[in-house]
Amino acid sequence: MHEWALADSVITSAVDYAKKEKLKKISLVNIAFGELQNVDKEIFLFAIEELIKTSNKVISSSKFKISDELAKFKCKVCSTEFTIKQVKKTEEEAEYIHFIPEMAHTYLKCPKCKSPDFDIIAGRGVLIKSIKGDK
Amino acid sequence: MIDPRTSVIKKRFSKVKRVIAVTGWKGGIGKSVTASMLSLILAQKGKACGLLDLDFTGASDCIILGAKDIFPEEKNGIVPPEINGIKFMSIYFFSDGKAVPLRGNNITDAIIEMLAITQWGKLDYLIIDMPPGINDTALDVVRLIDRTEILALTIPSIIAKDVLERSLELYKRLKVPIVGIIKNNLVHSKGMGLEGIPYDDKLETALGCPDKLLKTKFAISLEKIISGLLK
Repeated sequence: MHEWALADSVITSAVDYAKKEKLKKISLVNIAFGELQNVDKEIFLFAIEELIKTSNKVISSSKFKISDELAKFKCKVCSTEFTIKQVKKTEEEAEYIHFIPEMAHTYLKCPKCKSPDFDIIAGRGVLIKSIKGDK
Repeated sequence: MIDPRTSVIKKRFSKVKRVIAVTGWKGGIGKSVTASMLSLILAQKGKACGLLDLDFTGASDCIILGAKDIFPEEKNGIVPPEINGIKFMSIYFFSDGKAVPLRGNNITDAIIEMLAITQWGKLDYLIIDMPPGINDTALDVVRLIDRTEILALTIPSIIAKDVLERSLELYKRLKVPIVGIIKNNLVHSKGMGLEGIPYDDKLETALGCPDKLLKTKFAISLEKIISGLLK
């Protein structure tokens, strides 16, 4: 599953952060899931659970909190701001966007002027919002 | 906010011995054919070879290799499908034959996503088909894949030569090794001191058929050149 690669990146990144900040133990990783990528929370958390078993001990007892971030777009041509609910996409197109969110520019367009030239201003993919731990 | 994806890129390349970016600084000079053919030749020689098409706006390795009906497998990320022994990854798989209109930041994000989720496994060579010029893709590849080496392509033209010299100077400044410079579409036997591939009027009809491609004059010339360059 694609979610495993993303879970792997979150764990690796958090462990790197702990090394840099000299944390002895990570207690909480706050993650944001962008609506556009539509990552499966259940698979992601299962992957996290499995992957931390073989990861650096600094993260072995950490909790993982996921919050959803709504996707927002801004058209570069007419400046209209829009959400994912205002644009149409097929199931297959949504799957392609799930793999690479930038495919939104191939399949989505501004609801007002129909341009594919827009910025993804929020809710693109997986981000770490914060990492808490003990020094 | 931390973007976690860049942290795993090193891990994804940990079993890749060499990364060769096939690049050139003008469009239409044969970069995609060279990158695809180089991958075919290396795979035929028994090397574990991957091909990554990063020319998002002009992704064409699928057409060159006749790899239109394959799709990556989802397994701890995405596993590139194989064609003629090459592990092949392209944005073409996700674009359904449509245009991919991306600006700079989007290109960077799409590259990071592909590098973070693609499971290459063990490779002797990963060949990257680059878009023309030193642009977002070139700077991102150099930044994100620390072992990148450049195989430069040019054509017999004063314009291409001038751009080539400026670009090579920049790569030297970025401390990126240059594996070699190949001159494509030679109509004369002399290649201004560079390794050359003669113009091959049969190449077009072999596109889409890897077995036919490997028998072209282009492939034979390229094989001779790389046996000297990729030691």
